[in-house]
Amino acid sequence: MTEATIQFKHVQKRFGDNLVLPDLSFQIKRGEFVTILGTSGSGKTTTLKMINGLWQPSAGEILIDGKNINQLDLVKLRRHMGYVVQQIGLFPHMTIAQNIAVVPKLLQWDQARINARVEELLKLVQLDPNEYANRYPTQLSGGQQQRVGVARALATNPSYVLFDEPFGALDALTREELQGEIKQIHESLTDKTFMFVTHDINEALFLGQRVMVMHQGRIEQFASPAEIVRHPATPFVKKLLGTVRQNQELWREQDE
Amino acid sequence: MLAQIIQYFQLNSGQYWHYVGQHLGLTIAALAISMVIALPLGYLGSQIKFVASFCVAFAQVLRIIPSLALLFLLIPFIGTGFVPALIALVVLALPPLLINTILGFNEVSPLYQEVGTALGMDQQQLRRQIEIPLALPYILNGIKLALVEIIASATLATYIGAGGLGTLIFTGLGLYDMTYVVIGALSVAFLSLLAMLGFDFLIRKVRTYDRSNYSI
Repeated sequence: MTEATIQFKHVQKRFGDNLVLPDLSFQIKRGEFVTILGTSGSGKTTTLKMINGLWQPSAGEILIDGKNINQLDLVKLRRHMGYVVQQIGLFPHMTIAQNIAVVPKLLQWDQARINARVEELLKLVQLDPNEYANRYPTQLSGGQQQRVGVARALATNPSYVLFDEPFGALDALTREELQGEIKQIHESLTDKTFMFVTHDINEALFLGQRVMVMHQGRIEQFASPAEIVRHPATPFVKKLLGTVRQNQELWREQDE
Repeated sequence: MLAQIIQYFQLNSGQYWHYVGQHLGLTIAALAISMVIALPLGYLGSQIKFVASFCVAFAQVLRIIPSLALLFLLIPFIGTGFVPALIALVVLALPPLLINTILGFNEVSPLYQEVGTALGMDQQQLRRQIEIPLALPYILNGIKLALVEIIASATLATYIGAGGLGTLIFTGLGLYDMTYVVIGALSVAFLSLLAMLGFDFLIRKVRTYDRSNYSI
C-alpha cells in the first residue's frame, strides 16, 4: 500500500447554520481513481472543492502529501491540480489553444513548449489540433468543449485532477465515449490521482477503482465497485443499487 | 448656401480648424479625466454593493439635470472658461461610464472566476486575464456613450467661454447667418458619428468570439 496523498481528518464544513459535512475522514492513495457518488446535497462537491482550497474546512485537517493545506501556497497548489467542472467553464474570449495554455502561461513556459503541449493534449482528447486549436469555445459542441476542459486540466501534467460531474450535462452517447477515454487516460498516465464526483451510479462504478458513497455529508461506504455491489454496507447503498436493478428489470420487461 | 459654405472654408479655414481643435481638445481632456475617475470606481462598484448603489443614484440624478443647466449652475462656483466647461463635461460623462463599467464586471459569470481561481490565478491575474477582457465590450460601450455625450455637450460649453465648434453655431444664431449654424452643426454631428462608428467597430473587434456563434 502506497502512502496517502490526500487525507481528510475529521473535516467539518458548515455554511452559516447549514452543517453540510459533520465529520469526514478518508484517505486517497497516490495514483488512485476515486469516484465520489452521492445525491444532490450529499456534500460531494463541497468535499471536492476543499481539496483545492476553493472552500476552507470549518474544522478538522486536510493533508496533501502529508502537509496541512493551510500551510501550502494555494495558488501554487492549484496550478498542479487539474479541475474540470460540469459547466465546463472554458473562457469564451480565448481560443481553444489559449484555454489549454492558461496554466502553462501562468507557470511561464516558453511558447514553443506551450505549442507542443497544446498539440499533444488535443490529440490525447481526440481533437485534431489543426482544426480546433484556433477556434473559440462557442464553435464547439458540448462534448468537444468538455474534451478541451479535460485537456486544460491536464496541461501541466498535474499529479491530481479533480472532476466535478464533468459529463453530467452531456448526452448519453458522448458521455459514454468520454468515460471510456478518461479511464484510458488515467491508465496511460502513471501516478495521477483522479477524484471524480458524480451522481450517476453506473459512471461511478465504471470509472472508480474505489467508490466513495456519500449521503447527507457522511460516507456510507468507501470500497471497490465489486465490494459495493456484492456487499452494500448500509441501507442507503442498498437502495441506491436497487435503482439500477429496477432499471434492468424495466429493460428486461420491454425486451420480452 | 453651399457657395457660402465653400466661401467660408476658403476664407476662414484656419479659424475653422482652430474651433475643431478646441472642440476635440475639450472632448479628449474631459473623456480622459472621466475615465480615470469612473473606470476604477466602476470596478470598485462591481465588488462593493454600497459603492454601486451610490454610483447608480448619482448617475440617475445627473441624468435628469439638462446638460445646459449643469453648465450654468457651475458658473457661480467656478466662473467661466475652459476649466469649468471641462468640469461640467466630466460630470456629464461619468454616468454612462460608471453604469456600464459596473454592468460589465457584474456580467462576468462567477463560474469563470471560480475556474480561474481553481486553475491557479491570483487576484491580479484573474482581473487581467478574465474579468477585464470579458467586461471590455461593456466598458467600451460606456466610453462610446460618454464620448458622444461629451461631443454634443461641448457645443454648449461655448456658452461659458470654452470655445469649440459651438462658437460657430452661436455666432450664426446671433448674426442670423445659417451658414455658420450649418457648418457648426454638421461638424459636431460628423464628429459624433465618427466616434460612434469607431467604437462600434472596436466593440465588434473585441467580441470576435461571439460572432463565431453563427459559423458552427
